[in-house]
Amino acid sequence: MIEALGLWNYWAVIVLMMIGLYIVIARDNLVKKMMGLTIFQVAAIMLYVSMGKISGGTAPILPEGPNHSVVYDPSVLYSNPLPHVLMLTAIVVGVATTALGLSIVVRIYEAYGTVEEDEIVAIEEQAGQ
Amino acid sequence: MTAHLPVLQIALPLVAAPLCVLLRNRMAVRGLTILVSWLCLGIALALLDQVQSTGVISYKLGGWAPPVGIEYRIDLLNAYVLVLVAAIGAVVMPFGLGTNEPGVREGQHHLYYAAFLLCLCGLLGITITGDAFNVFVFLEIASLSSYTLISLGQDRRALTAGFSYLILGSIGGTFILVGIGMVYMMTGTLNMMDIAERIPLVLGTRTIWMAFAFMVIGTFIKLAVFPLHQWLPNAYSYAPPVVSAFLAATATKVSYYVLARIIFTVFGAAFVFETMGLQRLLMPLSVLAMFLGSAAAIYQTDLKRLLAYSSIAQIGYMTLGLSFANLQGLTGGIVHLFNHALMKGGLFLVVAGIVYRLGSSNIKDMRGLGRKMPITMAAFVLGGLSLIGVPGTVGFISKWYLVLAALEAGSMLIAFMILASSLLAVLYVWRVVEVMYFAGDAEANPELRDPPWSMLIPTLVLIGATVWFGFQTDLTAGAASDAARMLLEVAK
Amino acid sequence: MSPSTAIGAAILLPLLGAIGIQLTGSKPNLREAVTIITSLLTFAVVLTLFPVVTAVGPGNRPELELLTVLPGVALAFQVEPLGMLYALVASGLWIPTGLYAIGYCRGHDEQNQTRFFTCFALAIFAALGIAFSRNLFTLFLFYEVLTLSTYPLVTHYGNDEAKAAGRTYLGILLTTSVLFLLMAVLWTWNLTGTLEFKLGGILAGKADGPVVAMLLALYAFGTGKAALMPFHRWLPAAMVAPTPVSALLHAVAIVKAGVFTVLKVIVYIFGISFLEDTGASTWLMYAAAFTLLCSSVIALSKDNLKARLAYSTISQLSYIVLGGALATAAGVLGGGLHIAMHAMGKITLFFCAGAIFVASHKKKISDMDGIGRAMPFTMGAFFLGSMSIIGLPPMGGSWSKWYLALGAADGDNAIFIAVLMISSLLSIAYLMPVVGRAFLFPAKPSDHGHDEAHGDHDHGHAPASGLLSKVFPEFHEAPLLCVAPLCATAIGCIFLFVFAEDIYDLLLPITQDLLPMTAER
Repeated sequence: MIEALGLWNYWAVIVLMMIGLYIVIARDNLVKKMMGLTIFQVAAIMLYVSMGKISGGTAPILPEGPNHSVVYDPSVLYSNPLPHVLMLTAIVVGVATTALGLSIVVRIYEAYGTVEEDEIVAIEEQAGQ
Repeated sequence: MTAHLPVLQIALPLVAAPLCVLLRNRMAVRGLTILVSWLCLGIALALLDQVQSTGVISYKLGGWAPPVGIEYRIDLLNAYVLVLVAAIGAVVMPFGLGTNEPGVREGQHHLYYAAFLLCLCGLLGITITGDAFNVFVFLEIASLSSYTLISLGQDRRALTAGFSYLILGSIGGTFILVGIGMVYMMTGTLNMMDIAERIPLVLGTRTIWMAFAFMVIGTFIKLAVFPLHQWLPNAYSYAPPVVSAFLAATATKVSYYVLARIIFTVFGAAFVFETMGLQRLLMPLSVLAMFLGSAAAIYQTDLKRLLAYSSIAQIGYMTLGLSFANLQGLTGGIVHLFNHALMKGGLFLVVAGIVYRLGSSNIKDMRGLGRKMPITMAAFVLGGLSLIGVPGTVGFISKWYLVLAALEAGSMLIAFMILASSLLAVLYVWRVVEVMYFAGDAEANPELRDPPWSMLIPTLVLIGATVWFGFQTDLTAGAASDAARMLLEVAK
Repeated sequence: MSPSTAIGAAILLPLLGAIGIQLTGSKPNLREAVTIITSLLTFAVVLTLFPVVTAVGPGNRPELELLTVLPGVALAFQVEPLGMLYALVASGLWIPTGLYAIGYCRGHDEQNQTRFFTCFALAIFAALGIAFSRNLFTLFLFYEVLTLSTYPLVTHYGNDEAKAAGRTYLGILLTTSVLFLLMAVLWTWNLTGTLEFKLGGILAGKADGPVVAMLLALYAFGTGKAALMPFHRWLPAAMVAPTPVSALLHAVAIVKAGVFTVLKVIVYIFGISFLEDTGASTWLMYAAAFTLLCSSVIALSKDNLKARLAYSTISQLSYIVLGGALATAAGVLGGGLHIAMHAMGKITLFFCAGAIFVASHKKKISDMDGIGRAMPFTMGAFFLGSMSIIGLPPMGGSWSKWYLALGAADGDNAIFIAVLMISSLLSIAYLMPVVGRAFLFPAKPSDHGHDEAHGDHDHGHAPASGLLSKVFPEFHEAPLLCVAPLCATAIGCIFLFVFAEDIYDLLLPITQDLLPMTAER
């Protein structure tokens, strides 16, 4: 039980992921779908970032020593910098996705006059007849 | 120079894309795109040659050694997929040289070609890299550019199609990302070969099981495995026909490659098929895809939508081959990867030609088209025969391996089902052939004749390839069987 | 030329002919000349292979390998007795069919003649490919090419009826070939690792028990062109095609491809003695016998002449399948003989049906009373052809019936002798009335005016018809180009009676795998 509470970061990831997925599926408004997708992607980012943290580890920055050299002390425990780096990329991907998605939404609005999915479906059905 | 071919393979289109944005001149942009796609084909062929003679190529990106640095690793399997993707790109890019690209507004051609080049870059990158996270990055590059390309369709439904594909595709990509993250947590490395070495120690943990599940489901979404295929029919129907041709022939194939990599290289066939029992899920889904996809295709009124549903069925064949996990099956899946790319690419280019002349892809508008556009119709019939699996075409070669795989696995029933679903293909192909050759003459439209040669040549190259490789199977089936053997041996 | 070159030339010539026909489409006389020259050349080349085949044994048959498609699967040709016979039948009968088709198309003023003759040539190309195939892959490839190349012929008229017939045609043939035949081929590969034809079969030791019977079922029903019930409906449906096509389908290329495939599979995949030992073909005997009798009975009920001939064909094809299923030397030889005999007889009958249609636009037998007086040559030929089909001497058909009966007796399957007898009676019942009514009944009153008008109509057309009408002004025959071929094939039936022994000697080696067995006994 205590152990489960200790995994609170994973719980956060799960909650965010499910909220994001739910919004994507359940909400008709296209902009809200994009928001849901963003939350969903954030959950994945959180997963990586939180896995990078090592208990008792400090920020992975090597201190500067004399003459602009770098001091490496093997006894110091550092957190893992790699997931953060990976997530920088993922954030960029997320931004690009969001930008692209929203620009498509703008074009949809120009074409249909609405951003509600059910209304769009209705317009298409009417046009089909 | 030759030592750096692997990075040039993706660097060329990657650099050419922003160049296209800067060079606004339409002819310059077109010329640059064609040049780059042909160079990429040359590089892919050179890499294939190298792999066949000297074995696996391992390239350290930036000189940083793996497993810490990113490695581009080319073995028999991805060498062939590289050649396939580059070849499709090289054939599709010059399509319709001298004509207007459908759906692209005036003054936006440079953006269109930039997106095309980015897509090519992404697809090549997924195939060539040996680093798991790199796969995700290139996957997203390819996906984002394909969402763009799809949304450029003339019909306004292309926008909603592109949007749904964006949502579903991003969910898929994020699932893969989560899976990679979990694997990283348990093994501490992102290099695929390194993961393969370290993962046996942790295969029993629930984390790895979840990682496997996330990665597989994410790939299934990208691969349009039934029932996660919902994005495909709309995306391929409403996108510009040339885009459909390109994506139908490459995007799902590369996703299939990713699936094969995950199963055989990263996790290992023993874990996937014996512990997790993936075939219990994948085989029924594949059979369902084969039947439901073909059945849905029979009722379509739009030719592009028909071909899209047919693609879902054909993807079912590929995944069925994979789920057998024997040599014949995997060979069948990989050879169908090539063959279907040729078939569908060719058929969509045929449709592109028809849309160019006719302005519509509705089957009813194609009455009697056979008389006015004989070459195009002949190409369609040949492509259709290949979908059915008539001997002398590549479709037969795929069926050969798949049915033998089913027999080897001891299942007569699945063997019959594979053949029965080919009969469904007869129904939807012949429906279109009948309309084109019989149902009365097309309106006395003097404009109606075969598309210009700049469109016919790429179409005939691909369709001709479906017949050529139906007889000369060394390059396709021979290579597929070598690749399959390599994958199964590594897994042992 | 060397045998391998001859094989290649024989198969390639019709294909080149098809291309030639397409190119000369705008000049009809040149185009017909291409057809005639190609058919003559092809037959000549095939004939050169005849002495080679009769001279060598099973190990040294002339071969031609083109390329390896898959590991262990090659596109390869080999000439063996059965294939030689089929090739001779196909290429030989192409000559009269070509002439007849020219006469028919001109007499009838057909549309799309270029497409017609091109597909004809392609069908012969496919037939020769089947005849000379060395393995199941090559056979299957050309089998499908045959189906596809004859589709435009069946749907020639382009109307709704043709379209529906085309659907039945393609539907049944493709379904059976993909679902059953291909399954059988792949299963054979799975069991034995090879697809090559070998005298004595390749299944001994690799398959036993119910597997053999199931495999045989897949082959027999998979060969839809052999028209075993219930996959026979494509034959009557294809009657909507012009009569030269029906003659081609029912004598020369398609149905013979079907029964040839069945016989070849029985002899070279299963092996006659293997089948005899395992008894796996007993069910096929009964299935063939059922088709035999049932279609003969249906033929009795048909008033449309072509439909009656179609069901007669289904029945006659089952003779050949029965011969193979009997799994005795005489049975198989009888079946092989019947390929030639039935081809000659049936093509005559169909030529006659078409000639009647061109001359008088009559399709129904009930309308054909007294037509023998107006068209004596045609009906005379019809009489000779019928005798061959019924199996009466001095027609070739009597020999094949004899050997089939012998084959039934050999294998202790005397019940099939009774089946053969009953079906002969039935064929008398459905064929002789046509001849009888034509010669013995008075013509219906409404016919005269129609015939005369049509006589004038023919006069205006091809000069060939004029020739016949000038020589025999009291007759109202079809054009010479139609009548000459059918007379030739009718006389051919008599020829085959005389030369039956040569065909028998040609085919005898295929039963060689039985001889050691009989020696043991």
